[in-house]
Amino acid sequence: MPQWDLANSDVILVMGSNMAENHPIAFRFVMQAKERGATVIHADPRFTRTSALCDIYAPVRAGSDIAFLGGIIRYILEKDLWFKEYALHYTNIATIIDERYQGPDELDGLFSGWDEEGKRYTYESWQYEGMTVPSSLAEHYIDTTESFNDETKRLSEGPPPQDMTLQHPNCVYQIMRRHYAGYTPEMVEKVTGCPAETFLKICEALTKNSGPDRTGAICYAVGWTHHSTGVQMIRAAAIIQALLGNVGRPGGGILALRGHTSIQGSTDIPTLYDMLPGYLPQPHAFKPHETFKDFLEMEQTPTGWWANFPKYAVSLLRAWYGDAATPENDWGFDWLPKIIGDHSQLPMTVAMRDGVIRGLFLMGQNPVVGSSNSHMVQRGLANLEWLVVRDFAETESATFWYQGHQVRNGEVRPEDIKTEVFLMPASLAGEKAGTFTNTHRLIQWHDRVVDGPGDSRSELWFVHHLAKRLKALYAESDRPQDEPLKNLTWDYSEDDVMGEPSADDVLKEINGYTWPERKQVGDYQDLKDDGSTACGCWIYSGVYPAEAHNQSRSRCPDGPDGPGTHLGWAFAWPSNRRTLVNRASADPDGKPWSERKKLMWWNAEKGHWDGHDKPDFPRTKSPDFKPDWDSQPQGMDAIGGADPYIMIADGKASLFVPSGLKDGPLPTHYEPVEAPIRNPMYKVQGNPTAKRWEHWDNPLHDPGSPDYPYALTTYRLTEHHSGGTPTRSVPTTAELQPEGFAEISYELAEELGIKNLDWVVLTTARGEIETRALLTHRLRPFHYDGRIIHQIGLPWHFGWKGYATGDIANVLTALIGDPNTSMHENKALTCNLRRGRLGKGH
Amino acid sequence: MGVHPRAQDYPESFLPGVIPDESELTVGTKIEPGKRYGFFTDTTLCIGCKACEVACKEWNSLPADNMGLSGMSYDNTVKLSADTWRHVMFVEKVDGATGMQPFQSNWLMMSDVCKHCKNAPCLEACPTGALFRTEFDTVVVQQDICNGCGYCVPSCPFGVVELSMADGKAHKCTLCYDRLKGGLEPACAKSCPTDSILFGEVDDLVERAGKRVEELHERGVTDAYLYGAPNTPGATGGLEQLNAFFLLTDRPEVYNLPPAPTRPANRLAPGLLAGMAAMAGLTLAAAAIFSAPGEKRR
Amino acid sequence: MRKPTRRRSLLDRIKSFGKEWSLPRQLQGQSHVDKAAESSMSRSLRPRLEEADSVGTSICPYCAVGCSQLVYAKDGKVIHVEGDPRSPINQGTLCPKGAATFGLLTSPRRIDKVLYRRPGGTEWEVKPLDWAMDRIAFLTKRTRDESFVRRLPDGTLVNHTLALASLGGATLDNEENYAIKKLFSGGLGMVWIENQARV
Repeated sequence: MPQWDLANSDVILVMGSNMAENHPIAFRFVMQAKERGATVIHADPRFTRTSALCDIYAPVRAGSDIAFLGGIIRYILEKDLWFKEYALHYTNIATIIDERYQGPDELDGLFSGWDEEGKRYTYESWQYEGMTVPSSLAEHYIDTTESFNDETKRLSEGPPPQDMTLQHPNCVYQIMRRHYAGYTPEMVEKVTGCPAETFLKICEALTKNSGPDRTGAICYAVGWTHHSTGVQMIRAAAIIQALLGNVGRPGGGILALRGHTSIQGSTDIPTLYDMLPGYLPQPHAFKPHETFKDFLEMEQTPTGWWANFPKYAVSLLRAWYGDAATPENDWGFDWLPKIIGDHSQLPMTVAMRDGVIRGLFLMGQNPVVGSSNSHMVQRGLANLEWLVVRDFAETESATFWYQGHQVRNGEVRPEDIKTEVFLMPASLAGEKAGTFTNTHRLIQWHDRVVDGPGDSRSELWFVHHLAKRLKALYAESDRPQDEPLKNLTWDYSEDDVMGEPSADDVLKEINGYTWPERKQVGDYQDLKDDGSTACGCWIYSGVYPAEAHNQSRSRCPDGPDGPGTHLGWAFAWPSNRRTLVNRASADPDGKPWSERKKLMWWNAEKGHWDGHDKPDFPRTKSPDFKPDWDSQPQGMDAIGGADPYIMIADGKASLFVPSGLKDGPLPTHYEPVEAPIRNPMYKVQGNPTAKRWEHWDNPLHDPGSPDYPYALTTYRLTEHHSGGTPTRSVPTTAELQPEGFAEISYELAEELGIKNLDWVVLTTARGEIETRALLTHRLRPFHYDGRIIHQIGLPWHFGWKGYATGDIANVLTALIGDPNTSMHENKALTCNLRRGRLGKGH
Repeated sequence: MGVHPRAQDYPESFLPGVIPDESELTVGTKIEPGKRYGFFTDTTLCIGCKACEVACKEWNSLPADNMGLSGMSYDNTVKLSADTWRHVMFVEKVDGATGMQPFQSNWLMMSDVCKHCKNAPCLEACPTGALFRTEFDTVVVQQDICNGCGYCVPSCPFGVVELSMADGKAHKCTLCYDRLKGGLEPACAKSCPTDSILFGEVDDLVERAGKRVEELHERGVTDAYLYGAPNTPGATGGLEQLNAFFLLTDRPEVYNLPPAPTRPANRLAPGLLAGMAAMAGLTLAAAAIFSAPGEKRR
Repeated sequence: MRKPTRRRSLLDRIKSFGKEWSLPRQLQGQSHVDKAAESSMSRSLRPRLEEADSVGTSICPYCAVGCSQLVYAKDGKVIHVEGDPRSPINQGTLCPKGAATFGLLTSPRRIDKVLYRRPGGTEWEVKPLDWAMDRIAFLTKRTRDESFVRRLPDGTLVNHTLALASLGGATLDNEENYAIKKLFSGGLGMVWIENQARV
């Protein structure tokens, strides 16, 4: 949902986010909603600046979010307060699941299909009865080396089996009721620490504001993703929103509040190992990706929008390899490198330390401060042959060789560190042109107004000139392995004497054009799978729809009397749609659910969808369209006129997810890998599929370990940004939070004899840091089973560089990953604490 | 939620220059000399982000105070000073809190600033005419006049004015005098993410603030009251009215504000003051003409 | 950090005194606390934004909310950055980080030359940009050539190198991310490509 749409919400739950502090300008819309009478709720382990501005604050122990959200799902189902017209038609609540399916309620924490030896699931028993459903996201959706393409083809033979009366014992509704039966208010209180009374107030506020006339929003951030169960926390929120009819409607939705200016863009056009631009999967050596034909067969879904997969893949290869890509050579598919496993940041740390990785480019990232297990990161950097750091100032990652922990504690001398280090000055926004994609998919251009100081250059300049040099170095080669580089198209024009490449040219290629004429395409629907179009990222098509039309530079907002979708302000992918799934803003017949929550509607007279936004649905597909199952329909022909979720193979929101998740089709409460207690709900303690990298320098604490009795959570402050390099370099922000600190409750401080501003040492099996104690009543202990569980809060912005300094919080954290995303678990760990300082050499 | 209709007049990425009367777009007010301007700071909307502090320092080129970690909640700039013209104070009241109420509760945050008093004691104390009342009815220290005598410092009942260690002169909030002259909203108010700081014509602001108090009372925030609006706490002791006034939900002392500030010169005859000012002016003139230049050589 | 006032000649001083002395203006009926007290600096005061010879739109470099900013520059130097009042997201407002963007662009901590640390070195050396680019291209090629794998032992074609890695992207432009992914993955066969999206 667009951020400004929050102003239309009737209830807003902020959870897994400290929104007022970390996204203050997005919070302005929460305040606007509140002015108009909305109820605002904050659920968080800490009472923060966000909590202070809310109507209801729920203290929730770090890592217990699914118990809390599961309790809400149970409340909605048991009190029968879900939005039936919406959920019955637009979700898979009535769909019947394979009879072999068993859930954690029956298997004490596991789902059917558990493979104890491989610590993984097989997914056959999670499927719809009689058919195999591929995931909506074309990313490694099933862990198998076998193609199951034949099985998914059955989706074209008829609609998934449903029981609209919801009586079938294996329909999703009944499965969910059984799954969440144990998530009672009493259990919620026990597991999360939130008083049942407060919890019930929240349930009431959410359900009261659901229905044709009312909507609610949920905002989350890394407070949900930084867990070994992060994906399932977000899934639980999605289930609540789908049940309450809060997706695709004004003031409804889930807003992911992302942390970096173009973190969305760098996911869409991924500098990530497992994806190609536009959420196409990176070919995998251990999947049926051997030939392009295999790749397409495996990744193309028979039904739904992803049936168009081949058009996007061929157009991308055409954009990268130009005329060298031919039908005969599979458009150069073999030139794409294949991945062989998890190449994400956590295993990257291990691969550096072990000498697998020998050369590293760091572009605007500071892993010594920002990555889990900083000591391991520093050892990794010291083991590289060479390191290129591109940033605007000296960072901790660029200076590890003379100021790093291992240098200071005598483990290694700078003379013994062989890493060759380049620190190159980088230009900032305002000094270079290009686009950022914000957290609600809005692609906004920024102008180059001045040049950066001295030899500062953009990353585009760096990559462009590196590419030119490498192409020259490889020009004479005739080795097959060098073909991809030699064939890579690289003809961007240069804007000035410094040789700054034209960001305009690059954006045009991203948008896509015809080949070889290079006439801009207007939309991704113009893309072809025959090589006649080239497109760098299909979902961005339309951002540069004509030679002189860069829509990301458009600056025409709606006035006070306008619809408030601001279609003239920049470009939102896809196709400038501001609210995804907005077909769901109308009822199955195509009429708005209510006047108050009107967004899109079917105009029967004209035979197309009308409204304030661009329809996220085939414009002329009538609400009463039914697939002709006798003809085995493919792609969008298999999606009915009342199935708004077109990216999903059956057009319906997945309350129950048959494939695409490694840790189960329904969110289940597991304790964090490092937890202060045993799992009160199941025998299975933590997420059984969580990724662990247990090494001598990445040891993990046992649950309930007496050596590490306190819960530790890391977080950010409004005054600083992430790794802190920019804000610690500016005096006006540095002075606002000038030094690292740990927030400690008065109760714990009294137990340990700690006074405000005392030096304290925090310890985990990974390392120790010293910092100052900031005592506060805002952080309170939780009570569990007659025990007091103290929690400690630690901002992670600080390092040894800049005007505001402090020890590195990530020295304490560990390499632990969510099984689906490899996201680390730094929001819920355990630690020890004592008054005092670290000795010399620290 | 639309933006100001005039925003549509500038559809290009590059602009020809400053948008004329930009304050119309940001706060719906066209700034004109001869009218009375001020701030209404509504603490119930404050999220304690300190954007006001930063925007003020960036605009006015004020250096960091570098007070260090204070240990007082999230307040590390501690007070208004010659170099800090907006200061956000934090009061934690979580301990013993009985529940939440709509808008800010249990952790008070308030952005303090110069009050630009209607009868400004600092201005009355200034012997040189450096402190004066501008065409926007704000109170400004004119740096080309100020001789650093410091009379204004103790006269301020709010502890706002301070002599700078760097140049020895008195400094405080100017309500962005330069910006007002260019039709721009003051930097702090413009930046404020939640519109806790409202800039505008004082009479309008007082009216809006009154309505806001009523509305808060209706929504259960019965403690809400104005500080510094006519006939409210803060507008006492001859000060009459503060052009920068506040909506508070606890006693003024909790926010470090005097419950009943007074005007030291309240009982002095205005004529006497004028005479003193004239004498001081003559003295200064003589000093300016005949003494050696006071500025430091390079 | 205030600008020092320019030294003035005696004649200037007398002239300005004639203009500045408030008594004549008070005698003309102006109030001693306002109009009559107005100094020449006050009279000529204007916001420095008006000096800008270039005003462009930027997007805040911090979080992903996407606040629009106006960058004011004069003679190729930034003179200020503030919120863009046209934006439907921030309508002129900025948070403390965004409000300090001018401070970021002009931070004294910025580097403007390539700093180089040779293997085993104990200090930085300043190097020309071209030299650094040549050296980095050389190292990239050497490491790639020494580590490239065309096929796994079982014959599976992989066409990749595991010895090169890239980290970062969430703070960069889409065009930059595109170029990184295209060159590093599509051209060089790198697989260790990651950014802050997983941090």
